[in-house]
Amino acid sequence: MALPAARARGWAAAVKMAQRRRHAEAPRGSPSRAPPGSRAALYVHWPYCEKRCSYCNFNKYIPRGVEEAAMRSCLVTEAQTLLRLSGVQRVESVFFGGGTPSLASPNTVAAVLEAVDQISHLPADSEVTLEANPTSAPGSRLAAFGAAGVNRLSIGLQSLDDTELQLLGRTHSARDALQTLAEARRLFPGRVSVDLMLGLPAQQVQRGALPAPDPELAAEMYQEGRAMLREVGFRQYEVSNFARNGALSTHNWTYWQCGQYLGVGPGAHGRFVPQGAGGHTREARIQTLEPDNWMKEVMLFGHGTRRRVPLGQLELLEEVLAMGLRTDVGITHQHWQQFEPQLSLWDVFGASQEVKALLAQGLLLLDHRGLRCSWEGLAVLDSLLLTLLPRLQEAWQQRTPSPVQGG
Amino acid sequence: MWAPMGRGRWHGCALTVWATAAAHRGILEPRPMPTRGAAAKSRSQDRLYSSADRKEKIDMSRFSVENIRNFSIIAHVDHGKSTLADRLLELTGTIDKTKNNKQVLDKLQVERERGITVKAQTASLFYNYEGKQYLLNLIDTPGHVDFSYEVSRSLSACQGVLLVVDANEGIQAQTVANFFLAFEAQLSVIPVINKIDLKNADPERVEKQIEKVFDIPTDECIKISAKLGTNVERVLQAVIERIPPPKVHRKNPLKALVFDSTFDQYRGVIANVALFDGVVSKGDKIVSAHTKKIYEVNEVGVLNPNEQPTHKLYAGQVGYLIAGMKDVTEAQIGDTLYLHKQPVEPLPGFKSAKPMVFAGMYPIDQSEYNNLKSAVEKLTINDSSVTVHRDSSLALGAGWRLGFLGLLHMEVFNQRLEQEYNASVILTTPTVPYKAVLSSAKLIKEYREKEITIINPAQFPDKSKVTEYLEPVVLGTIITPDEYTGKIMMLCQARRAVQKNMVYIDQNRVMLKYLFPLNEIVVDFYDSLKSLSSGYASFDYEDAGYQTAELVKMDILLNGNLVEELVTIVHKDKAHSVGKAICERLKDSLPRQLFEIAIQAAIGSKIIARETVKAYRKNVLAKCYGGDITRKMKLLKRQAEGKKKLRKIGNIEVPKDAFIKVLRTQPDK
Repeated sequence: MALPAARARGWAAAVKMAQRRRHAEAPRGSPSRAPPGSRAALYVHWPYCEKRCSYCNFNKYIPRGVEEAAMRSCLVTEAQTLLRLSGVQRVESVFFGGGTPSLASPNTVAAVLEAVDQISHLPADSEVTLEANPTSAPGSRLAAFGAAGVNRLSIGLQSLDDTELQLLGRTHSARDALQTLAEARRLFPGRVSVDLMLGLPAQQVQRGALPAPDPELAAEMYQEGRAMLREVGFRQYEVSNFARNGALSTHNWTYWQCGQYLGVGPGAHGRFVPQGAGGHTREARIQTLEPDNWMKEVMLFGHGTRRRVPLGQLELLEEVLAMGLRTDVGITHQHWQQFEPQLSLWDVFGASQEVKALLAQGLLLLDHRGLRCSWEGLAVLDSLLLTLLPRLQEAWQQRTPSPVQGG
Repeated sequence: MWAPMGRGRWHGCALTVWATAAAHRGILEPRPMPTRGAAAKSRSQDRLYSSADRKEKIDMSRFSVENIRNFSIIAHVDHGKSTLADRLLELTGTIDKTKNNKQVLDKLQVERERGITVKAQTASLFYNYEGKQYLLNLIDTPGHVDFSYEVSRSLSACQGVLLVVDANEGIQAQTVANFFLAFEAQLSVIPVINKIDLKNADPERVEKQIEKVFDIPTDECIKISAKLGTNVERVLQAVIERIPPPKVHRKNPLKALVFDSTFDQYRGVIANVALFDGVVSKGDKIVSAHTKKIYEVNEVGVLNPNEQPTHKLYAGQVGYLIAGMKDVTEAQIGDTLYLHKQPVEPLPGFKSAKPMVFAGMYPIDQSEYNNLKSAVEKLTINDSSVTVHRDSSLALGAGWRLGFLGLLHMEVFNQRLEQEYNASVILTTPTVPYKAVLSSAKLIKEYREKEITIINPAQFPDKSKVTEYLEPVVLGTIITPDEYTGKIMMLCQARRAVQKNMVYIDQNRVMLKYLFPLNEIVVDFYDSLKSLSSGYASFDYEDAGYQTAELVKMDILLNGNLVEELVTIVHKDKAHSVGKAICERLKDSLPRQLFEIAIQAAIGSKIIARETVKAYRKNVLAKCYGGDITRKMKLLKRQAEGKKKLRKIGNIEVPKDAFIKVLRTQPDK
């Protein structure tokens, strides 16, 4: 393989070594023992696509010629600025999303990773995921991304039916998809994920002409799908995420555990405490959406942060609740305590009649491990949250104010 | 600055169009402009008053009884009644011919839009014929049988009618109903075949229909085009020749019929009166036979069609009278006025308005309650036939139960609220007043009568306590091309109607008469009839009293819990279909919950219809990563907020609009 080995810098080389031992590692539930404030996940947004897909509402643009060098330099600059601002010492995962980041050159990926490792520490075994589209990622290119430091691929398969792919406005065929998947599995064994959709208009037992997804049918597909995946040894570790052999996405896990994450690139979101600037409150941040404007801002100010909203303690707990329950582990007492040492899960939910009804219905579990959804409950989590969130608000308002503890 | 004030019991648009008449005649006294709707204002612009050049009062004594004719124009919707009235007003110089007069007597926006006359209007026409000056009083009538009582009172002030029939459409249901009202009042009927200028006009065929159905010789029909003015002069002559003068006596004590009344916020009630006997003038003390209240007359006059004060009004004449009445209920239609200390036998036929269709009316937003209240008050101040009772519903909040003379009356009222007061309302499915004949001595004592009227289903007495239930019925007339007869008969049968008569009025037109339970036609009968006859069938009905009916109270249950706002009274034979329809509508508007919901319609303990809302099997956002969290949390919190406002029935959460969707009149009406 003709890798641009000459350009592979220090970090990428280290990664290559690390890739040989990745299998031995335990599933990433709680990645490291470093204090939560000093670590973070990093999301990098590549805003361009070849073509607009009919279903996608992400922040993406169809460029008339991308000046990649400029974009690369801005991504690097913003990553540096935000990492310094956050005071993060250790980046545990990087995720290149989009858009279609597999359209970017491996150089860009390598440059960002290099910068991350320079400003804070990017351990060699950190998860580095790239979203890839079947057509924009032939095997040779995938290998180049691997050489640049990517060690996990997320492939936008969506469907294995050409009619559906056409309906979605995808540029690839089912055959392309399977080919790319095979390449990816060869290059990144055990570290490939695919996106699939269900509830598509034509996706039925019999092909009728129903325009909108039928909720009943979509529900059935979901139940069938997750049951089938369970049978073949996949763990449903989140509402719509399944993994075999412990190959969970560390990066996404951070989102659901309400860990810190930095968002780099046009329209990227982040949630972190700007400790490097002396901050103590977690902020929800969003970068400027439009790529050209974002670049101008990065060149002027070193970053394109458009909006910063401080998150209150209750808001953070609401997110801990809503995100945590999406996972199969749910919210452990230990996890909850990290965010709220005073008010336990028992305090909040233990006495509520409405919650008791949900427990009795077998949709929810509250026990010595913590609070989590049952198999049935996970599928109707949004309904459960409509009971749980107001209960949390109520308990929060009724709590006996106590002196703020250190930590 | 002042503007002329029009007439009209329904006030909103009242001033508008008669400014032209005023401009021409110059007869109005200045008075301030009351607050009006914007629509009314804009329309008054193009008919501005020019100069008040003639202020002296007319001496009405010079019109002796022999030279007076009192008549009405009656017609099916859109057959040209109002256009003919315009022409008659022009011909007699009552309104300016040079202006483009369009349905001068129809002043309400709804009247013009729908081509119906809701509010009766009156105009005195002065006409020279063969050297004599005649006073022709055109007493316009409401154009729909919802207002049949008002029509009958207007007709009782007349001696003849012009029966206008469209030369293309021929006799329609309303033509028949109107003819019989006039016939029963023993009036001279002058058939007028209108629109002979139309391409498809077939006046000969219509003549024959008139002969067949009304037994009027073909040579008595006057063929005109009101639009072009063709032959309209002949109509005026026929009024003089064929309609007798009123049989009245100037020397007798005053006996005046109130056939209409309106409210003016500055002058109080303006009563339209027809004098059967005697004379009335300013300063007279008069008494209402109905209320026995005494009033002093402040002003009398004729309608031209605006009020034109006169010294006196004499027997046989028609005009208005203002006498310090504060409320339209003090001058009820059909009441008799007489001079204080000279009581007379009241004129026959007086009835208080009797609502036949009831509906709940609620503001869409409860914060709009006071605005809506004021709008309803303003509308009802001029329409005493609408009954208003405060009501409240768990689902819809505070509102009213309104009683209307009929369906059209209800629609017009609602439309006027929206158009003139910009008020949006929830109108619940209309119901009719049922009755129960009580057998339980205890209940009779409680109600102090044996026969009670049930308006609210909550008051429905149990079968064990009644001898029988009664429902209101109407006699419906349908006229249709015969190709639709079969379908129409099936429709009528499905509505529990009993056929009373069927005749061919010409080679291919059939007139059907059916006795309908009123509640079977209040919702969508007319629309069904129109759609299955491609719009050709016409329908009209008249009150036909009450008949015994097997009525039952139907409950709606959600997982066994009674939904109070959906209790309904239905005929036993219709319980299943009505119950099913309500269950289906509820099913469509109840959101899924974490458990299954059984929606049931029940009579007593017997379930007659059921629908099921399945439990949620999936309700969770599929993808939720870093960028989605803020949006997701916002959505969840908004939903959680909304959940607090839901009404709980048992453990089922019911959004407010679920009931609204079930209760409100269906939009496809």
